[in-house]
Amino acid sequence: MPADLAPASAAPAAGATAPQILMEGLGKTFGGFQAIRDVDLRVERGQFCCIVGPSGCGKTTLLRIVAGLETHTSGRLALAHYDKEKPLNSMVFQEQSIFPWMTLEDNVRFGLRMRGRSRAQMAEVVDYYIDKVGLSAFRRSYPHQLSGGMKQRVSIARAFANDPEILLMDEPFAALDEQNKALLQEELLKIWEESRKTVLFITHSIDEAIVLSDRALVMTAAPGTLKCDVPVTIPRPRNVYELKSAPAYGQLSTQLWRELRDEVLKAKENKEGTPS
Amino acid sequence: MTERAVSLLAPIALLLLWEAVSLGGLLDQRFFPAPTSILNAFYYLLFKAPRDQSLPYHVQISLGRAIIGFILGAAPAVLLGVIMGLAPIVRAAIQPLIGAIFPIPKVAILPLIMLVFGIGEQSKWAIIAIGVFFQVLISTAAGVANIDKIYLDVGRNFKASRLATFWHIALPGALPLIFAGLRLGWGIALLLLVTAEMVSTDGGIGFLIWKAWQTLAVEDMYVGLVTIAFLGIVSFWLLDAVEAWLLPWKKNT
Repeated sequence: MPADLAPASAAPAAGATAPQILMEGLGKTFGGFQAIRDVDLRVERGQFCCIVGPSGCGKTTLLRIVAGLETHTSGRLALAHYDKEKPLNSMVFQEQSIFPWMTLEDNVRFGLRMRGRSRAQMAEVVDYYIDKVGLSAFRRSYPHQLSGGMKQRVSIARAFANDPEILLMDEPFAALDEQNKALLQEELLKIWEESRKTVLFITHSIDEAIVLSDRALVMTAAPGTLKCDVPVTIPRPRNVYELKSAPAYGQLSTQLWRELRDEVLKAKENKEGTPS
Repeated sequence: MTERAVSLLAPIALLLLWEAVSLGGLLDQRFFPAPTSILNAFYYLLFKAPRDQSLPYHVQISLGRAIIGFILGAAPAVLLGVIMGLAPIVRAAIQPLIGAIFPIPKVAILPLIMLVFGIGEQSKWAIIAIGVFFQVLISTAAGVANIDKIYLDVGRNFKASRLATFWHIALPGALPLIFAGLRLGWGIALLLLVTAEMVSTDGGIGFLIWKAWQTLAVEDMYVGLVTIAFLGIVSFWLLDAVEAWLLPWKKNT
C-alpha cells in the first residue's frame, strides 16, 4: 500500500524547494481512540489538494492538526512559511462559524484586524472580497439576516481577505443544497485562480474533489490514513457544469468511487459494530 | 382587536369596581382605601408635601442607591464572570465559593452588612451590590462557557490575542446571557433596596412604605407600592431598550 502514496506528479510552483505541507507518519490518538495513523502527504506550494473520505474517518482531525487547533501524537508535520508577511493558514469551517455579533464586513475584516492592519489597508481588501462573493448589498447586515449559502460565502471571503499561504477548507459546502453548492464551487475556483494559494480541502463528495482539485486523495475508514493519490489533470479554468460531461470526469469518478466504496462500507461496519 | 380592548378595559373596570365597593362600605377603607383617595395622596406627596417628605425626594434617594449598588455589583461580576468562563482554573477555584454563598438569602446577611458598613448609605450599596454581584457573575460565567466552541477556534486560527478574544469573542458572545443576568440582578436590587430602606433610614420608597405602616397612613403606603411598581416597569423597559441597542444582531430585533 505505501507504494500508492508516492506524491502526485503535478508540482505547479516550480522553483519552490520545500513542500508547503509535509506529513510523515502523522498520527493522532484521543485517549484510547486512534483517529488517524501513518499519514504521509506532501503538498506543493500552489496546489489544490482534496481529501475524500467516509464520515468519521478523521479527515477533519487531519485538517485541524494542520491548522494548529489540534496537536498530533506521532510522526512529523512541517509547514513551509515562505512569506512571513502573510499568515500561514486560514480555515473555512464546516459549520456556521462567522460571528453572529459582527456585521458581514466586520466578519470579513476579522483576520486583518487581528493582525493590526490599519482601517485604510483593510478597507480595500475587504471591499474586494465582499464584492467577489457578491454580497456588497449586505455588507452591514448581521448573519441572522443571511441565508446558509451567504454565510459560507462570508466565511470564504474572511479566509481569503486574511491572505494566508495555506487555505484549509473543512467541507465548507456540505450543508448547502445542490444548486448553491455548484455556485459556490464556481466562485471558489474563480477566486482561487487569481491567487493560487495552497489549498487543503476536505470533502466527502467525489464530485466536489474532481471539480475543484489538482489532486484527490482517498482516506480510509478510521483510523484514517491515505489510501491512494489520484492526479486530476482536467485543465483550468474549469467550468463546474461542462466539466461533468468530459470523459476524464467519468473515469476519475469511477476510479475514486472504487477506492472509496470499501472504506464507506468499513466505516459503516465500524459504526454498527462499536456502539459509542 | 377585541383582545386588546379587553386587556385595556379590564384594569380600568377593576379600579372602578374597587372604587365602588370601597365607597359603598363593602371594603374596609382602613386597609383598602378608594383609588381616588390614593390618587389624592399621590397628588399631595408629589406637589404639596415639604421637599424632604415628597415623593420625588424619596424616589431620587432610592434610585441613587439602587443604581450605585447595581453598578458596584454588576461591573466586577461581568469582568470576573468572563475570566471564569475563559479560564477553567479560575472557575474551579471560585465555583465552590459561589456554590456555598449564593443560596444564602441576601436579606439574611443585612444585619452583618450593617454591622460592617454602619447604617448609612454604604450598607445599602453593599447589600444591593452583593445581591447583584452573584446573580450577574453566575449568568456571565455560564454565558461565556456556553459560547459555541467554534468561535474560539476561529479566534485561535486567526491569531486573536487574549485581549482580542475577550473583547471580540467572549464578551459579545456572552452578552445575551449577561443581559439576562443584569435583568435578574436589577430585580434583586429593587427587592433589597426596599428591604434595606425599611430597616434603617430616613428616606427612600421603602422608608415611605414603612413609615406609612407606622403612622397608619394607608394611602401613602399604596403610593409607595404603585411607585415602586412603576419604577420596576420603566426600568425594565429601559433595560430592553439598551439591550436592543447593544445587541442589534439578536434574531428577535
